[in-house]
Amino acid sequence: MGYVAVKGGTHAIKESVKRLKYERLQKQQVLETEKIEAGMRGLIDQVMSESSLYNEPLAALAIKQAEGNPEEAIFLLRAYRSTLPRKHCSQIIESEQMKVERRISASFKDIPGGQILGATTDYTHRLLDFGLMKETEELIREWLTEYEAENRLNEEKLDAPDILLPKVLDYLRKEGLIPLRENNDTEPDDVTRESLEFPSNRSQRLQILTRGQTGAVTSLAYAVIRGYGALHPTVGELRVGNLPVYVGHPNEVGSEEDDYYIGDVKATEAEMLMPFMAEKENGRKELEFEIGYGLCFGQNETKAIAMAILDNCLEHPDNSFPSHNEEFVLYHIDSVESTGFISHLKMPHYVTFQSKLDRVRKTKNSEEETAERQEVRR
Amino acid sequence: MMNTAYNFAFFDEGSKREIRRATLKAIAIPGYQVPFASREMPIGRGWGTGGLQLTLALIGKKDVLKVIDQGSDESVNAVSIKKLVSDTTGVQLTESASEATIIQSRHRIPEVPLKKEQILVLQVPLPEPLRYFEPSEHETKKLHAEKEYSGAWLMLFEQIMKYGSMTTGADHPVMVHDRYVMAPSPIPRFDNHKMDENEALILLGAGREKKVYAVPPFTKIVSLDFEDYPFEGESFEGKCCRLCGSEGVFLDELIDEGTGETYYQCNDTGYCYEVLNKAEKAGVN
Repeated sequence: MGYVAVKGGTHAIKESVKRLKYERLQKQQVLETEKIEAGMRGLIDQVMSESSLYNEPLAALAIKQAEGNPEEAIFLLRAYRSTLPRKHCSQIIESEQMKVERRISASFKDIPGGQILGATTDYTHRLLDFGLMKETEELIREWLTEYEAENRLNEEKLDAPDILLPKVLDYLRKEGLIPLRENNDTEPDDVTRESLEFPSNRSQRLQILTRGQTGAVTSLAYAVIRGYGALHPTVGELRVGNLPVYVGHPNEVGSEEDDYYIGDVKATEAEMLMPFMAEKENGRKELEFEIGYGLCFGQNETKAIAMAILDNCLEHPDNSFPSHNEEFVLYHIDSVESTGFISHLKMPHYVTFQSKLDRVRKTKNSEEETAERQEVRR
Repeated sequence: MMNTAYNFAFFDEGSKREIRRATLKAIAIPGYQVPFASREMPIGRGWGTGGLQLTLALIGKKDVLKVIDQGSDESVNAVSIKKLVSDTTGVQLTESASEATIIQSRHRIPEVPLKKEQILVLQVPLPEPLRYFEPSEHETKKLHAEKEYSGAWLMLFEQIMKYGSMTTGADHPVMVHDRYVMAPSPIPRFDNHKMDENEALILLGAGREKKVYAVPPFTKIVSLDFEDYPFEGESFEGKCCRLCGSEGVFLDELIDEGTGETYYQCNDTGYCYEVLNKAEKAGVN
């Protein structure tokens, strides 16, 4: 009977951990973390984004330890993150400073600086490339030399090592099609240091969205644009590239020049445009654009776009759609929380179940008693 | 062996301090759910991370720890939590409820009455007793602030109307010191009365829901009920433990694989062993 089987746990756990290790190793291949880092960019980016820890070697280690299961890898990194003291808050990063690798707009064909396709799977045909099964290091090297030579020629022609580009949305702002807003440069709340309370503020919402599970964020945003929401967004601008991070001197208030550069983070930024009927004076209505904002670590384009959609949804609470309800969205998209609570159902629940059993028996008995009484009466 | 790759008790000191601050606030307002910045732990969210964070924030080198899961010291999750705490602190572990200074438990209060120098840490999956009828956190916070608990009574009343008795299984809501309605965590109804005027400090931690709350020593705890439908615990009348013969304790219902007969055994395994050992010492056999 299952009840008894949960005792003797120490030994069982030890053996189970051993078995898990065996499953990872049985094919007698050492998966080097450098190889994961080199060849699993998509998974690394997703794991760093969902664990909100930007560190490629650690992400690779987590992926190795988790045997490629993102849910487990994120869990490992989040738990590691809990042990790290928080020492600095970076200086404000303006995303105009992004060294753009890829940048597109679905709203305008000709954008200042042009559309840059960069590295994307968008226009690849999803046909299995069986050639990859026979890829060798020699072939790779050959291809790389060729590619780099070709690129050098192009770069000399363009003379643009780091591309800084104006924002597409600034163009619309200049025309007065997007309402102008002041930058809010107050230090954001940190949801990992102070728990969320409602109504939430935007910095909290954006943090939870950017840490959200890619699938969950995508699904909810999909529901919004499919019909369970009131939005019809367009990609104003989507960009992928590196953002430089600076921290100020820990004790002295200095000028910008005294800031310390601590490295770059690769990020995806999505600025979505949502048409919106604005009320003007005398009840006159005017169509304007609103913005939904998405930003996440790594190249995670679907997630950044979905995040931007949900950001805008939560700016307009509407109880007829769960996707516009901040508690519904923010409480349920976190990978560690959702997978943790779902998986806890595997734990023994025999005391709670005994309680329920006691109640079921009791109600059954009282039903029978009532039935008997009714029969007697008849 | 202690795992020295991590700080003592896993967390950085700043995190521990913050959790202790939330705990102190919880003790000062019995039954009130204090939000805290729950950390991700090396064990699953929903697997006792709230309790674990309390234990790790409180534990010192001299503490003696007991961990039980559904009454059992040897249940897999209890073992796993114990191992994590012992790996990162090196504290002494025990199975005896009376020897422990900190007892972390999932869904049971030990049968041996707790003493004043002990701390019981309960793991909580759903800290909000009003969640059943009000999904919004923003709303339930208001209901607590206004002591507006008619929904909780109505929930019990509806159960009586539908089924003839209150059908809460474990986690039957309690009133703390005439002020806050509180989820006692899914302890069986059998254990609810043990909270009332208890000598030990009881702390409740919900990691995923990011709440800490407390029942300080000698706090009045009353299970919600009606005059004509009094609260009742699980009944084990006429049943006793097959191993130690104890009556009046919470029993596990088991089935003998050979005969197919139902038999009972103490759910609190630590208690059961103690009774058995005492009997042996007294020379019963």
